[in-house]
Amino acid sequence: MHSHAEAWERVVEGTHLINGVPMFTFILKRIGVAIPTLFILVLLSFFLMQMAPGSPFTGDFNMPPEILANLEAKYHLDKPLWQQFAYYLKDLLQGDLGPSFKYKDYTVNELVAQSFPVSITIGSLAFLVTVLMGVGLGTLAALRQNSWIDYTVMTFSMVGVVLPSFVIAPLMVLIFSISLKWLPAGGWNDGSWQNMVLPVAAMAILYVAAVARIMRSSMIETLNSNFIRTARAKGLPRRHIIFKHALKPALLPVVSYLGPAFVGIITGSVVIETVFGLPGIGQHFVNGALNRDYSLVLGLTIIIGSLTILFTAVVDILYGLIDPKIRVGS
Amino acid sequence: MKKPFKALKLAGIPALTLAASIMAVTNANAAIVPAGTQLAQAQELVRGNGAEPASIDPQKVEGVPGSSVTKDLFEGLVTQDADGNTIPGQAESWTVSEDNKVFTFKIRDTAQWSNGDPVTAGDFVFAFQRAVDPETASRYAWFMEIPTIVNASAIVKGKKPADSLGVKAIDDKTFQVTLEKPVPYFIKMLAHQTTFPVPQKIVEKFGDHWTRPGNMVSNGAYKLADWRVNEKIVLERNSNYWNDKETVINKVTYLPIVSTTSELNRYKADEVDMTNLIPVEHFKSLKKQIPNEVKVTPYLGTYYYTFNTKRKPFDDARVRKALSYAINRDAISKYVKGQGEKPAYTFTPETVSGFVPPTTDYSKMTQGERNAEAKRLLSEAGYGPDKPLKFDLLYNTDEAHKKVAIAIAQMWKPLGVKVTLVNQEWKTFLDSRNDGKFDVARAGWIGDYNEASTMLDLNTSTHGQNDSQFVNQMYDKLMSESRVVTSDEERSHLYTEAEKILADEMPVAPIYQYVTSRLVKPYVGGYPMSNVEDNVYTRDLFIKKH
Repeated sequence: MHSHAEAWERVVEGTHLINGVPMFTFILKRIGVAIPTLFILVLLSFFLMQMAPGSPFTGDFNMPPEILANLEAKYHLDKPLWQQFAYYLKDLLQGDLGPSFKYKDYTVNELVAQSFPVSITIGSLAFLVTVLMGVGLGTLAALRQNSWIDYTVMTFSMVGVVLPSFVIAPLMVLIFSISLKWLPAGGWNDGSWQNMVLPVAAMAILYVAAVARIMRSSMIETLNSNFIRTARAKGLPRRHIIFKHALKPALLPVVSYLGPAFVGIITGSVVIETVFGLPGIGQHFVNGALNRDYSLVLGLTIIIGSLTILFTAVVDILYGLIDPKIRVGS
Repeated sequence: MKKPFKALKLAGIPALTLAASIMAVTNANAAIVPAGTQLAQAQELVRGNGAEPASIDPQKVEGVPGSSVTKDLFEGLVTQDADGNTIPGQAESWTVSEDNKVFTFKIRDTAQWSNGDPVTAGDFVFAFQRAVDPETASRYAWFMEIPTIVNASAIVKGKKPADSLGVKAIDDKTFQVTLEKPVPYFIKMLAHQTTFPVPQKIVEKFGDHWTRPGNMVSNGAYKLADWRVNEKIVLERNSNYWNDKETVINKVTYLPIVSTTSELNRYKADEVDMTNLIPVEHFKSLKKQIPNEVKVTPYLGTYYYTFNTKRKPFDDARVRKALSYAINRDAISKYVKGQGEKPAYTFTPETVSGFVPPTTDYSKMTQGERNAEAKRLLSEAGYGPDKPLKFDLLYNTDEAHKKVAIAIAQMWKPLGVKVTLVNQEWKTFLDSRNDGKFDVARAGWIGDYNEASTMLDLNTSTHGQNDSQFVNQMYDKLMSESRVVTSDEERSHLYTEAEKILADEMPVAPIYQYVTSRLVKPYVGGYPMSNVEDNVYTRDLFIKKH
């Protein structure tokens, strides 16, 4: 079983092949595609945002025109659109996402710096729980197919898949915060563990449920395949067969499910953040859109867009590492 | 604290308010803890605040969430007591020139910033100029234009420099404001955050970062301790506040909880002591379960429908009146809303101080009579079963507005009216309403200061909020006259006439008078039950032993 180590060696040397090309070329190609993709994303978001009715400054109080003019001048909104876009790109290239149109005391960079760690922490923990529990439960169910364990896991995952988070999250608050008073109903508290338990659990449930189902069927399929039968015939111990031979191929569908989901998980769930009053990216995204906070929404779009591109590439690389069929493409 | 009475009188504050402030004088700017009350060890309060404030910089505050926080952090020349009466704040007294145009304020010797620096007249000059300076781009710059402070409008329009504003520091503790026209309610307006002082040195040192914890210096009962956007703003007691000895609560935390259900949950989990709102669908059950914690107070605002008078057939007063008459306001208040809202037959709510809105003719009829009159008016205007009136009713997407719209559409049905309900997302809705792209639209207005003009001015032809595009020269004349007259009787008379024009012409159909409803834990003492502007100053509250 040297393929794994070999693959890593090739990664380090830059000769590792992904989709038939060396890693280094692969990364270059990805960057080559990413830059125009991001540009188009920024361009589209910028103009679509401006096309939405209302502006950052429409409110239930109709400002006198002179005051509106002062506000627009301050944020360059009095300039032609293409010029505003040029200003924006210029600042963007220097890493400046501009001032928030709504939160007058903050720049978008500052808002992102405050909120991103919150979403990433909650998201990463939820992701970790998802992988450990989802894979664990799915494997367990597959190994004990049609036993009470299998049925329990599948019932749980059915419930998890069916119930949306805007039902699960308040339900958890009702049980654990209001009735039992074990855990806080909301807030972040500088990331104390008590405040994280419910949001992480509420967020993970949906993914655990999905991953457990995928893992179960994929594991059953793998265990029935020829190479496992061969391994059994050779008399290898059961544990050895499962962990050394079956787990990796069985994980493939899970990786292809979780890869794209990863960015969604770490960039914050609007529902979870709203229910638990967490100061993360998700709340900013939604409020930003409602407030027509152009710069905040654009900034977040760029960040989430970049992450999506990055992690899609990472998933491709991981796939290459796990799946020999792709790796041996040369 | 005796001087101010003279000052208040001079400032033209109505007699009624004056009497009230005499009664309230012993407990101004402080918590009134009844004798024998056992106070809790930990004097800490958590308040639900509705949303993240757009800013906590007095001149940049935009909405209620920012206003509540700034009112704890800063104090203006005057402030309000728990009942909403105007009382001296940073100014201990003031005098007014005979023509009611020049106001000279004496700032307390004990007025200090939280870093120990004295609050000077210069800080007020700086703040007032900052509010109108185009550089600041304050959304509330108009608040300086309304009382016609000398050159305010010209400065906002960029025609004059900010330092030409009619404000002056005569010496360190004497501040003077000069108005272009006498504005009787000027003193009352000074309890609003736009007129609060800001520490010039600090603002100049830190620029846009001056409102951060660690940088911010304030002159109110509290100072900024912590701020996490979308999570919390924490304020701590300011030991340098001139009346700190009478403050009781040591720490107040504001939570920007947008979802009212989440807020309710956190209240039930004992994480919030005072909510911002009560979710409509839970009101009745909460009223049954915890009646003592449901606090409903009158509010200075009116919920109404506005008719687009520039569109046919709403250019016809008979059509507008018919639709307005047919609204059964009692039913809306009692059954659709049900939180103690009162039916509205005038644009100015009854809660306003210094003016009693008139009993309009149509308010005296029974609903049956009103319905009959509505039918008559509509057929006179040429509409009836053969030629039904068809139009769109526009409101912003929200369950509460939808309920009202459905009920009113039902009430209009017997008139042979065919209404299509149209809802739009908030900003889209505002755009449509501002641009006159509607037939009939939902609206609501909360007064910016406790005086009838804050409502009635809306229907003047040049007002930015005149969505019905109502133009009535007589009405405009009455409202501009009301600024010049000196006696309260004369002013009340003009306002009454203005309300009568509204009842005759019906550019807007008042529906109900707003109330504020909150959940307040029984151990929170001093919660104001009669501040119609809903200014809940934390310095007036205390925590009982529980």
